[in-house]
Parts: sequence; C-alpha cells; structure tokens
Amino acid sequence: MILFDKVTKIYTPHKNSDEKITALEEISLEINPKEFVSITGRSGAGKTTLLKLLLVEEKPTAGQIFFQGHNICEIKSEHLPYLRRQIGAVFQDYKLFPSKTVFENIAYVMEVIGAGKEDIKRDVPKVLEIVGLTERANHFPRELSGGEAQRAAIARALIHRPEVILADEPTGNLDPYNTLEIIRLLLKINEMGTTVVLATHNRETINSIGKRVISLDKGKIIRDEQEGRFIL
Amino acid sequence: MLNSFKRIIYLGYRGLVGDGGQIFATIFILTVAILLASSLFLSGRVSQFLINSLESKADISVYFQEIALEEDILQARDELEKMPEVKEIIYISKDQALEEFKARYADNLVLMDSIRELGGNPFLASLRIQAKNPNQYQAIADYLDSLNLADIIEKVDYSQRQNVIERIFSITSFLGKTGLSFSLILAVIAILITFNTIKLAIYNYQEEVKIQRLVGASNWFIRGPFLAQGAIAGIISALISLLVLFFIAWLFSPKVQVFLPDLNILKMFWSNFGFIFLIQFAVGIALGSISSLIAIRKYLKI
Repeated sequence: MILFDKVTKIYTPHKNSDEKITALEEISLEINPKEFVSITGRSGAGKTTLLKLLLVEEKPTAGQIFFQGHNICEIKSEHLPYLRRQIGAVFQDYKLFPSKTVFENIAYVMEVIGAGKEDIKRDVPKVLEIVGLTERANHFPRELSGGEAQRAAIARALIHRPEVILADEPTGNLDPYNTLEIIRLLLKINEMGTTVVLATHNRETINSIGKRVISLDKGKIIRDEQEGRFIL
Repeated sequence: MLNSFKRIIYLGYRGLVGDGGQIFATIFILTVAILLASSLFLSGRVSQFLINSLESKADISVYFQEIALEEDILQARDELEKMPEVKEIIYISKDQALEEFKARYADNLVLMDSIRELGGNPFLASLRIQAKNPNQYQAIADYLDSLNLADIIEKVDYSQRQNVIERIFSITSFLGKTGLSFSLILAVIAILITFNTIKLAIYNYQEEVKIQRLVGASNWFIRGPFLAQGAIAGIISALISLLVLFFIAWLFSPKVQVFLPDLNILKMFWSNFGFIFLIQFAVGIALGSISSLIAIRKYLKI
C-alpha cells in the first residue's frame, strides 16, 4: 500500500550556503493495508520528514514513494488534493481551523470532497460519538482541552473514511491519561480496517501498543520489528 | 458542483462576517477607489460638456454695411459654406438682429427707450460662422479676406474673440492630457492600496489555508471564498459609492447651476446612471476579486 524505495531527503536550510542536513538516507520500507505501524526515534531522527513526504508536503531528494501503486513523487499539483483526501492526517498541534466549531471543522473535510448536506448531518455526529465529543460539537477549538482538541482532529482525519491515517506525535502535548485515550482511539480505528502510521518518541506509548515498530536514527532505519518495543 | 459553489459563497460570507474590522478597511478603500474611477468618468463628462458648450459659443460674426445687398451676403454665405472647416453659417438680417436685441433686453427700459429714440434700425446684417474646431477660425478669417468682400463688410468680429477661442482650445487639450495621466496614476494607487489591504486580511488566514491544503481542499475550493469575499466587498463598496455620488450630485447640482445654467449635474447623473452603475460594479468586483486572487496565490504552494 505504501512503499518507500531508497528515499533520501536532504534539506538546505539556507539557499546560498553549502550547509546540508540529511533527514532521511536511503529509506526503504513497505506498509501493508490494515497495518498499525509505529515510527519511533529521537527528535530529529526523521519521523516527521517521513510523514511529510507521504503527505507530499515535501518532495524527496532521491528515491521513489508509492501510495496504492502510484508514484507520488511525480504527482501533479492539481492531483495533489485527491491524494490527500485518501489520507487522514493528525498533528501534534492539532491544526484545527480556529474560526470554525468542532462540527464545522469536521464538516469542512466532507465539503471538500463534495458531500451533500444530508450526508454531513448524518456522518459528523457519528464520528463525534466515536471520539466522544458529541457534547462539544458547537465549541470552538480554543474552548477545548488538549485531549479534546486532538480527538476532534482525529475525528476530522476519520470522517471521509481515508485509507490511511498519519499521526505525527499526536500525544506530544498531552498528559498520560489523554495519551492513553488517543492511542486507544487509534487502535480502535485500526481495528475498523484503517491503516495507521503513528510517529512518536513516547516509550510507554510504543510499548503498550505491541504492534510493528520501525526505529529511525539519524535518518536511517535501525530496526523494523513486527511486535516491536521502544529500544534506542 | 452546485453544492461546492454554494458552499464557496457561504464560506465567503462567513469569512466576511467573522472578520470584524478588517472588512471595513477593505470596503473603505474599495469605495474610495470606485469613487475615484466614477468621478474621473463624471468629470470627463462635465469637461466634455463645458468644452462643447464653449466651443458652440465661439463663432465669427461678419457684419455687412448698410448698403450691402442681401443677395451679395447670401452669395458670400454660399461661398463660405463650401469650406470643409465650416460647421454652420447663420444669416441674420437687419430685422432679425433688431428682434433678437428687443427680445433679449425686453426688460431693460433704458435700452428699449434709446432704440425707440433712434427711430429706424441701427443693426447691421451679419453672418454668424461656426467652425468645426476652435483652431480653424484663423483659416476661415483668412478665407474671408481672400473673398474680396472688403467693400461690403463693415467689420469681422473675430479678433476680439481670438483670445477666448485660443484659450478654450488650450484648456481643452490641457484637460484632456492631464485628465488622462491623472486618472492613470490614481488607478494604479487605488489598485495598490486595495491589493495591500486584502493581502493583510489574507495574511491572517495563512495558517488556515495551509491546513485546508493538507486536508485535501483543491485550490479553487480555498480561493473561492476569498474571491467571493472580495467580490461581496466590491458590491457593497459599489452600492456605497453610488449613494455617495448621488448625494454629492444632489447637493451640488443647484449650486453649480447658478454659475453654469446649462449644466445640470443631477440630470447628468441620472442620464448616465446605467453606465455609472456598470463602472462602479465592474471596478468594485474586479478590484476586490483580482486583489484577493493575487494575494492568496502565495499561500497555495504547499
């Protein structure tokens, strides 16, 4: 489903200098449908870069990335929205629309794909129920706690039934209780048949999941285990 | 498709309402720009009107001696009418001149009395010649000289008006040139200010635009509401400008008419209403939406 083929990403922070930062070096990996994959490593190991490449926020310096058989490095910018609609993204800083309520935040994604009013009215309450935010539907993001905001963000990533959910440090700003809640939610989504790619450096989180773990260090894969644990 | 279109308009409207103060700045600037454009148009019309009326008042009068025969005068008229520069020649006989004078000064008892005292008709027959262009009077005067009419012409009333005619002509061309360059400069300033105001408004939304891109919104779905916002702001500004312009015309029309009885600004406003309306809405919508389009371009590259 997702295939990285010798992917390298080198950043040049300043346009005119020779300084180069290698974020990923010759990464090759494959993620199958319905898998739950945790990507772990220290800060700066390349976790976020890996997810950014999948969302085509960045393009690789070398190598190919395939999503459902399509080479996304060669995707035209007008086709980009269609790729992104097959992916649900969750970020550490939630990235909710500050001027929209929880309901509107989630509805926006359905509007983007051209869903009808009736569909929105039917589906949004359902997904709010899954993440336990029915009571918060008409609140604005600034009125939510961190855990609630992240659950709203997950609901938004989920609403259009994407093939895969990418979660970049979704528990980074949360306390242990809320962390547990979010991980449970992601596992539940995975059980419902969605592929989940989770990037985190949280030891307890990784160890409690008991699924495939890919460990990165300095832009390279140092370990890829089916029932992995957090080892650096 | 229709769903998306409706949504875009609605989101644009929501953006406007939720935006608070920013939109007032945009509407204000747009209104100023539209008022500039329409006052340029109107002042063009007014100056054209003034020039026309001044030009139509400029003429050459050729007065003939008492002894001149009407048929000689009419023959001179026919000769002059052959000139391509001549627009119109009116023959005014002695009697007509007297009648005109009486009609014009009917209220002036002193003048009426003196005319009666004089007995007879002190006026001369004349030809009133209008040229197509004010700068052609010299050519007409030269031609008159060449016609060998010296024995029957009493005087040519041109030299007295020459200054006026030349002044009108130079004012006309001055107005034309400066008006054009002035309006170009103003138009550029209006576009720049509008663009900047909208750019500032959109700057606040850059984070939101980035998220929209990441959740898979197409560029047009993101642009649409901003475009709609720009257009709505343009329409509101156009309506305000229309009201302001009407108010100004209504307020000043009687005052201007005191000086220039022929010039009725309010009437001019109504007779050009369709065109003014069109200009204002076109300028408003175009300025608002094009500025939005350019301003948002930068944020759509993620």
